[in-house]
Amino acid sequence: MNPRAPDDARRQFLLRVLRIGAASAGTIGLGAYLGGRSRRPEEGTALSVSRDHGVAANASLPEMVVAQGPSPQLLVQKAIEDIGGMSRFVSSVDTVLIKPNIAWDRSPEEAATTSPEVVAELVRLCRAAGARSVIVSDVSCNDAESCFGRSGIGDAARAAGAEVVLPHARYMREVDLKGGTLGVWPVLEAFLDATKVINVPIAKQHSLTGATLGMKNWYGIIGGNRSRLHQRIHESIVDLAAFARPTLTVLDATRVLMRNGPTGGGVDNVERRDTLIVSTDQVAVDAYAAKAYWNLDVPRLRFLRLAEERGLGRTDFASLRTHVLKV
Amino acid sequence: MRGTTLRRLRLASQVTFFLLFVFLLIRTEFPGSVRSAGADVRVPYPVGLFLETDPLVALGTALSTGTLYRHLLWAVPFVLLALIVGRAFCGWMCPLGSMHHFVGSMKSEKKRGLKLLESNRYKRWQSAKYYVLTVVLVMALLGSVAGLLLDPLSFLIRSMATAVLPVLNYALRASTDWAYHLPLGPARIGVTGATTVLNATVLSFRQPHFHQALALGLLFAFVLALNLRVTRFWCRAICPLGAMLGVVSRWSLVQLQKHEGKCNDCKRCELHCQGGDDPIPGATWRKAECHLCMNCLGDCPEGGLSFTWSSRPGKQTRETPQLQRRAVVTSLVAGAAALPLLRTGPGVKAAGDPLLIRPPGSVDEEHFLARCIRCGDCMKVCPNNAIHPALFEAGVEGLWSPVLVPRIGYCEPNCTLCTQVCPTGAIWEMTVAEKIGTPAKIAPDGSVERAGREPNRIGTAFYDRGRCLPWAMAIECIVCEEWCPTSPKAIYLLPTQVTDATGQTKTVRQPYVEPRRCTGCGACEFACPIKGRPAVYVTSAGESRSRTNQFLLPENQPLTRS
Repeated sequence: MNPRAPDDARRQFLLRVLRIGAASAGTIGLGAYLGGRSRRPEEGTALSVSRDHGVAANASLPEMVVAQGPSPQLLVQKAIEDIGGMSRFVSSVDTVLIKPNIAWDRSPEEAATTSPEVVAELVRLCRAAGARSVIVSDVSCNDAESCFGRSGIGDAARAAGAEVVLPHARYMREVDLKGGTLGVWPVLEAFLDATKVINVPIAKQHSLTGATLGMKNWYGIIGGNRSRLHQRIHESIVDLAAFARPTLTVLDATRVLMRNGPTGGGVDNVERRDTLIVSTDQVAVDAYAAKAYWNLDVPRLRFLRLAEERGLGRTDFASLRTHVLKV
Repeated sequence: MRGTTLRRLRLASQVTFFLLFVFLLIRTEFPGSVRSAGADVRVPYPVGLFLETDPLVALGTALSTGTLYRHLLWAVPFVLLALIVGRAFCGWMCPLGSMHHFVGSMKSEKKRGLKLLESNRYKRWQSAKYYVLTVVLVMALLGSVAGLLLDPLSFLIRSMATAVLPVLNYALRASTDWAYHLPLGPARIGVTGATTVLNATVLSFRQPHFHQALALGLLFAFVLALNLRVTRFWCRAICPLGAMLGVVSRWSLVQLQKHEGKCNDCKRCELHCQGGDDPIPGATWRKAECHLCMNCLGDCPEGGLSFTWSSRPGKQTRETPQLQRRAVVTSLVAGAAALPLLRTGPGVKAAGDPLLIRPPGSVDEEHFLARCIRCGDCMKVCPNNAIHPALFEAGVEGLWSPVLVPRIGYCEPNCTLCTQVCPTGAIWEMTVAEKIGTPAKIAPDGSVERAGREPNRIGTAFYDRGRCLPWAMAIECIVCEEWCPTSPKAIYLLPTQVTDATGQTKTVRQPYVEPRRCTGCGACEFACPIKGRPAVYVTSAGESRSRTNQFLLPENQPLTRS
């Protein structure tokens, strides 16, 4: 008989007790740790950001430029030049977001989306002004690939040197908009990363607000169930406009969707107006266009009144230093 | 040529055709950009190539419709191919066959040693596929190609489109999204770059979600797993296309020659036999079962087997499938009985399921069932993920045929992709102009200058006023009207005085539908802010394809613009 056998058995026994002890301690420790961490799950925390993208006022320059002429490209060039040139707004440190309306799967002639020529020319000007990067993006309503494709904006912007960002859910961040109506909503990352923001809406009729212009275009920087916003559409628009605070608003009224907005369809609802309205005051642009194209009663338009009360701009567009250009 | 060389050639051919198949399947999608603003968007590749050269699809729909749709004529060369070289398609080209081949080559406990030899011997149950084919064709002759859901290409595309690719997409997206949100700093560009590559190649822009994905995915996995018991069980026992090619191959000119003098009975020729057709000397070679995979030639160390071009069969050859007369009669009767049985239920004819919304351009239900092979190409191509495999919406017979589910995706008026990819004309090809119609041109004196053309309707929208904010809760909304893509809009609003819970009177715009403008696209249903059951929904009532599913009387006056 092996004399060491009893020892060996004891050893084995002690080792086993040790293993059991270690495993028990581990289990208890892990359990206690995880138990202590238990909280009611909350949705991810929201970012808190707010940034005024505007530039300093300059008393020698116009606050609003209304340019008229047949060439969208020239309209952009002359209007921007007149309001101080792109270098007044964009420099080499800037990441610029150009935010057109690319909401619907429509062609440019149907005027449900911003003119690709206007967008492309803005991209070119920003690049010429030395912008670090120029991003074109929008959260479409219809399938985004189709919208960016058919509107012509995707190709035109890319050709002009912009980075075109399709609004995938990944490129959204939860942000507290701190509005009276809008709290936490997913916001396009391209907007959050941008140091300068140029809003490039198109003028369209809308059955709830009379017209959908610049401030309503901010619907396109957020994701989520936007259909809810219409219940308090005026407050929502103003909350978003207060959050967005653009550098510049460039309202495309080369083609205006007079009826059947905001989706349009066909060319019968479209009127050529060959006009571009550029301003540092996003409220004034909307007020002007609402009056000029639909003869809406500006003081009674709720979103305009609310925006003015919030100090986002002036509804009395006649009081702005305005240049009218024939291009 | 030596057997090993032939075997390599076969493998190269399989890989080539499989990659081509996967490429075309992935490219069965919105092409990503629109060439010019006004033009119809077209799928730039011949994505229907495999289905449109499938002899069974051609024969089935030819029996059911008496015609060959669009490109189906291209199946004829493949019949000729089988007349000359037998079932080479199965062994050399079929992408599903190649997948079976691959899985069947994996190590498996059920196919070890002698069990493998035994499992590769010819079995009488291999005749089952001929009876399946008989049922499929008899049903087609009587007007339903429901049986073609067993066509291998239909089965493969459907499974890939609704289950396999979405699963891959989900997994890849989840991993790249996870990596994207890691605190990588500048290294994030690597993730962005990888995502860009994946986006351009395999990922779809939107994660697709399909009805029945789980069932279809598990079924596909199960059929593949059968290979672990019996190599190519599907090809040997079920595949109706294989059966058809097997029947056709009886006159084919490729003959196996067994040189018995060289045989030392090592049985290696049975080791990797795909068809279960007994190439071994001493047994009868079953030509109708052979996939011409060339494994037996490659495996024979003595050069005891060879294929020759000849009209005369070699010794120990049976050129025709081995069928039992009684079983043939039974399957004829079964096929003939199946259709009446399926159509006696309360399926389509009698009740008409309100959720049976067919894709735009679909032909009327009777002709639809005579054409739809359930391949799922329409589901794959739809950029809005609107088209889903039906369960029983179209009766049991309509299993996995396409239905539109507007809550998940609506039908984009500018898009005709599903009509382009349908290989059989169940969804008849259509231009955008035909889809959205043209309004009549009315002169100032009220006379019709140019007659309009009706749009293609897939149904009509209806309101559930008990759930609609302005109707039921005195809350402003109009989202359905905003999204309505017709011009003029089919949804119109009437400002109405309502009283809210506090007794306050206010004006809200309440929505109505003008059914003569509505195309049933479902954009309203998709966008309705009431999640779950929407306040506005589409049913098939009024669909263009049906003469009977109508509720309006036609009017003399065309609907003029407001």
